[in-house]
Amino acid sequence: MTEDGKRNPRTWVYGDNVTTDSLAPGAFMKLGIAEIARHCLESVEPSFASTVARGDFVVGLRNFGAGSSREQAPEALRHLGVAAVLAQSYGGIFYRNAINLGLPVLVCADTARIKASDHLEVDPVAGKVRITNSGVVLDCEPIPPHLMAMLNDGGLVPHLKKRFAAQRSEACAGGSAT
Amino acid sequence: MPQTLAQKLLARASGKASVHPGEIVTCKVDLAMMHDSGGPRRIAPLLAELGAKPWDPDKIVVITDHYLPAYDDESRNIIRIAQDWVKTAGVSRFHDNMGICHVVLPEQGHLKPGMFVVGGDSHSCTGGAFGAYVLGVGSTEMFGVVATGEIWVRVPQTILVDWQGRFGAAVSAKDAMLFLCGKLGLDGGDYQAVEYTGSAVSALSMQERMTLSNMTAEIGGQVGLVAPDDTTRAYLAAAGAGEIDTGQWHTDPGSALGAHHRFNAGDLPPQVAAPGSPTNTKGVGEYAGEKIDIAYIGACTGAKLDDLRMAAKVFKGRHAAPGVRLMVAPASRKDQKQAADEGTLDILIAAGAQILPNTCGVCAGYGEYRFAENEVIISSTARNFKGRMGADSAQVWLGSPYTVAASAIAGRITNPMDMIG
Repeated sequence: MTEDGKRNPRTWVYGDNVTTDSLAPGAFMKLGIAEIARHCLESVEPSFASTVARGDFVVGLRNFGAGSSREQAPEALRHLGVAAVLAQSYGGIFYRNAINLGLPVLVCADTARIKASDHLEVDPVAGKVRITNSGVVLDCEPIPPHLMAMLNDGGLVPHLKKRFAAQRSEACAGGSAT
Repeated sequence: MPQTLAQKLLARASGKASVHPGEIVTCKVDLAMMHDSGGPRRIAPLLAELGAKPWDPDKIVVITDHYLPAYDDESRNIIRIAQDWVKTAGVSRFHDNMGICHVVLPEQGHLKPGMFVVGGDSHSCTGGAFGAYVLGVGSTEMFGVVATGEIWVRVPQTILVDWQGRFGAAVSAKDAMLFLCGKLGLDGGDYQAVEYTGSAVSALSMQERMTLSNMTAEIGGQVGLVAPDDTTRAYLAAAGAGEIDTGQWHTDPGSALGAHHRFNAGDLPPQVAAPGSPTNTKGVGEYAGEKIDIAYIGACTGAKLDDLRMAAKVFKGRHAAPGVRLMVAPASRKDQKQAADEGTLDILIAAGAQILPNTCGVCAGYGEYRFAENEVIISSTARNFKGRMGADSAQVWLGSPYTVAASAIAGRITNPMDMIG
């Protein structure tokens, strides 16, 4: 517990090739994200969805989010309040999906050093992961600027909303000048 | 500078003379293909939220395949949303209940070499067999494409996979890909472009090349390319795609490559992947004798016309073993009709096959049919991750249509070479 009585963010540690089939199981894909999220990772760790809390971190090794293009995989993690995913590498589509949905996914070569008992502080902008109980700081690869801009807006939808609004006001300004 | 096929395709799509690996480019989309699960039901609310309209309805293809046959209120609603949306969006290229999107897309003449295509499914890479850049994405990204007609791509390196010689009598593209999965692992493609070359690839039919490109997803490649040639030209002419230009769509000699793998096709025995991952691959002999309950021939990977023909070659005059359930879900209605016309389907039915609808079926695991607790299955599909096709305890082995057929007949995992010599 922290001083203000809140639960410290937990760290959930998994291995290589966490699949989209386990993150968003097919049998529930026809349902809304709340129902899918209740079954997130249940084939790997049945208590995950019921125990994970806002601000927690999910850590993987290689190829996190392997498999299908279903974006309910990162969406379920976001819905459950996961603050960021850290892994050595990602399934290519999962990575794009996560950023599009505003879920920070960091590429960190040293995730094998993170244990489930560790407490983390993650700075996606600086690309730093601090293991607060040991003081160890791990470096992440910087998120490319065009994706950082999207993350800062909260994902692709708010990002495009902003772009379209700017285009509209430009068009209006152009219209009033003539 | 010599350029890879992937570089040439991205240079064209981004309006540049050339591009280099690592460069981030914005590509103009020639075609956006989506299915019922990741398509209209997900993107329509986002378009409404932004007050955006499709950038070009004539460049959108919608194909229903995941929630068919609809079996409850939710699945009926998902299909209905797709049917309604194409009307309001003005999308005329709508293929409802005609088969699996990756097979229907080229068979309806929508793909051509040189195109830049975005598909709302991880097996969209199948279309790379036609010398097009077909990028798989999720649904929010597809919404972005539909709203803007553009998408960003980080130019990949190219991993060349070269197969020389000829594949053996009961060896197929599926075996080549299971072998590659075992060799490189689920992330061996490193989200780079994978290109298949060599005399053994040139000798393959279009649908067999599609299987190579399709399972590029299983090694984590971004696209799976085959340079177009006369085989491509003949297929597309028959599909009504018209004349195509193959001239520049190949990797220039001397191009910088990420990796270059060379294999001898004649040395490859049929491959089988043990339950859990398509990378759990060994020669079929290593797993022979494992008892099975179900033989499943289905999906874009393993139930195209050529896949059905492979199975029929083994099944001819034979029947599935007592107690083995043989399920066949032809990948498209067109392939099923051809299989019926030529007698291939009769052979499968005579072998005891239950013919299932032309949809993703058990492979996607979204529909009515899912495998039960502890069932043991050998399947011609692409992925056997825990829980994907049914219960967590269901054991799904992967093999080629030849191997699935031979195993169905014996009731145990069996080398198809023993049956067709």
